[in-house]
Amino acid sequence: MTASPLLSVANLRIAFPTRHGLAEAVRGVSFEVGREKLGIVGESGSGKSLTGRAVLGLVPAPGVVTADRMAFEGDDLLTASERRMREIRGRRISMVMQDPKFSLNPVMTVGRQIAEAYRVHSKAGRTEARRRALEMLEAVRIRDPERVFGLYPHEVSGGMGQRIMIAMMLIPDPDLLIADEPTSALDVTVQMQVLAIMDELCSSRGMGLVFISHDLNLVASFCDRILIMYAGRVVETCRAADLHSATHPYTRGLLGSLPRLDDPRPELPVLDRDPAWLEESRG
Amino acid sequence: MTTTDDRLSPPPARFSREWLLTDTPRSRLQARLGRVYAGWLSLSRNRLAMVGLAIVVLLVVLAAFAPLIAPYSPYDQNLLERLQPPSAAHWLGTDELGRDIFSRIVHGSRLTLYIVALVALTAPLAGLAVGTISGYVGGWVDAVLMRVTDIFLAFPKLILALAFVAALGPGIENAVIAIAITSWPPYARIARAETITIRSSDFINAVRLQGASRARIILGHVVPLCTSSLIVRVTLDMAGIILTAAGLGFLGLGAQPPLPEWGAMIAAGRQYLLEQWWVATIPGIAIFIVSLGFNLLGDGLRDVLDPKSS
Amino acid sequence: MITVRDLRVVFGVGASAIEAVRSISFSVAEGESYGLVGESGSGKSTVLRAVCGLNPDWTGTVEVDGVAQGRHRDRAFYKRCQMVFQDPYGSLHPRHTVDGILAEPVAIHRLGDADRRIDRVLREVGLGPQFRFRFPHQLSGGQRQRVAIARALILEPRVLLLDEPTSALDVSVQAEILNLLRRLRADHGLTYVLVSHNLAVVSYMCDRLAVMNRGRVVEEMGVDELKRGAAREDYTLQLLRASQGYDRQAAESFRDYA
Repeated sequence: MTASPLLSVANLRIAFPTRHGLAEAVRGVSFEVGREKLGIVGESGSGKSLTGRAVLGLVPAPGVVTADRMAFEGDDLLTASERRMREIRGRRISMVMQDPKFSLNPVMTVGRQIAEAYRVHSKAGRTEARRRALEMLEAVRIRDPERVFGLYPHEVSGGMGQRIMIAMMLIPDPDLLIADEPTSALDVTVQMQVLAIMDELCSSRGMGLVFISHDLNLVASFCDRILIMYAGRVVETCRAADLHSATHPYTRGLLGSLPRLDDPRPELPVLDRDPAWLEESRG
Repeated sequence: MTTTDDRLSPPPARFSREWLLTDTPRSRLQARLGRVYAGWLSLSRNRLAMVGLAIVVLLVVLAAFAPLIAPYSPYDQNLLERLQPPSAAHWLGTDELGRDIFSRIVHGSRLTLYIVALVALTAPLAGLAVGTISGYVGGWVDAVLMRVTDIFLAFPKLILALAFVAALGPGIENAVIAIAITSWPPYARIARAETITIRSSDFINAVRLQGASRARIILGHVVPLCTSSLIVRVTLDMAGIILTAAGLGFLGLGAQPPLPEWGAMIAAGRQYLLEQWWVATIPGIAIFIVSLGFNLLGDGLRDVLDPKSS
Repeated sequence: MITVRDLRVVFGVGASAIEAVRSISFSVAEGESYGLVGESGSGKSTVLRAVCGLNPDWTGTVEVDGVAQGRHRDRAFYKRCQMVFQDPYGSLHPRHTVDGILAEPVAIHRLGDADRRIDRVLREVGLGPQFRFRFPHQLSGGQRQRVAIARALILEPRVLLLDEPTSALDVSVQAEILNLLRRLRADHGLTYVLVSHNLAVVSYMCDRLAVMNRGRVVEEMGVDELKRGAAREDYTLQLLRASQGYDRQAAESFRDYA
């Protein structure tokens, strides 16, 4: 990654007010994304989803988002007005979420939703938008785009729903895609197919991808670089290929505790949480 | 959610705040009291709910200590003092027979509380029973029970209550029975809807897999989960119950004279409304305040008990 | 210990009827751990529910411990066969304490001595007495699943049916629960039927397994064959391939086995 990064985040902190004061869910996360696939891996409570949402300004109130720097292709995302953010969302940064059952509007046909996503960010008329939507449905390998265009979300399977979601999010041709557990609700073979589509679209369009997941092995095999998050901090950054020589004890513990097909061990080593991990800071 | 059971520090004093809010209760009593206390803390943070609670408490206090609080007997007539405006001697004035309105309001609170308590104890329980059995057992039992419920729901409440009172004869006990009979169907509907949602949960499956009887499941597992929404609904219905009783009293079908029932007081004071407004208006304000109190409390309880709304 | 022959489960009636399980047969020996692997819609969970009687609408033969089972199960069956559910957040009653949850089966079966049994089973699943009077919302996902396992064990069953017991848990917690389940099986000589979509979990937990797709058993194999990747059917090979991480070429070659 030699070109200047698409997204640059420095010292991101997200805090929520509680009865006992402000509780930080994300504590000083910094990273950069270029035209590559970056994976953010963590368990529940690690803050990985919040990080993705913070980039798009989607952290729900009363959450407080602060950072030294959060810039996208020169645009400062921290101080951007809501109007500016609306222009950025979808058009330049897009987001795919976990379950298409909950992220697709149940009372609109999927084709209309995709077309709407296109019209929001362009001046296209209805016919033009429909044509582009059908193109996108083909690009995500849906075999009968005309028929699927008129289906409602409850009439499509999980894998197809997720492909529709991807079509909807990529139709405005964004530069960066943030995917928050996009395949976790899918069967394993369907997962592979959806990932292949994302892979192809990202490389053909030169898009950056931030892939948030709890599945370490999946991220290691799919992404170029990986960030491991624990309790709101980044505890390790490495290239995907180098994951197995990771150094932080949390990463090693996580790798070790995963059952593997070719595993001869009689017992899975259990992750021993060192409270010191909560205190460490890594750049 | 880590647990640190620090056995080095002394255990908190029984019933203290720390004891109630501890992470590691040591007995069923401690766990349940702790939960109630946590709910209370949540409720007490809601100012309006506290206002509502204060009003309800005031009603109870007035009812309990009515003879001590009321300066006059509610039945003492004094025709020389009839239709007097509020003054130092009669704080809220006198009615058409010279009776002190304040005393009648205070004693009338007993009747209001009596009506409300009786209805609140009977109608929701009946509705709960019908709804949970209907929802859990399903099949023809469900169909039959729900059609019965539909029949009751088809009538406007006041009309049906009127019909029952007309059949049973006027009087406050019959008014209570009539109101209770017309109030239970919505509770049955709520309980049934909740039961159907709960029925397919894994924790119900788990207890079925232990060989639990249907009665045990309904009583021990389904009913505890329905009570929250029922409590909220009952509190919010109080206002309607009071108004229905007042309506019946107004029509002369509820409490009979000389009982100081608020609705009957409004009826009697109607003809004096233009010049001696206090005779009818003050009981009306009393009804309004009590209804408002129950509504505010019900809203607050809903925020605490019903997670769906938050 | 368990014999299933020609099991069929149909949901719905008439034109909209769906055959969730289409005539499957398998048997599990005593003390064995048998895996049912498949993706969503394969019918694996439906098989489990038919075996334990949660779903009474099935045809075929189901024998547990030599006793042929009918539509309804008796109390003796429940003492012999218990189930652990997938979602730890849904399988414990939100208003009952851990103590209440564990005391109930003891009361239903009139076993008596509830205090001692509860204490012992809590210790067996690695929870101390300080958890005994907590409510489920005061427990983490892993702790809830331990309570669910304790609840299944307190009746001292011979067979445990496990429906994706770790899929809803964090990765680091999964290892603890899997280790616990293995240890319990070794300590008590239990028979397991484990349903999972995760081949790695099955390879760690089971002795033999059946791969299911669309209500049928595609193939049966021993865990050694699974570990070596020695599958005979294309569907199983595809499943194995997909479990080994992302590979673009492999993904492109996947097809739909209806």
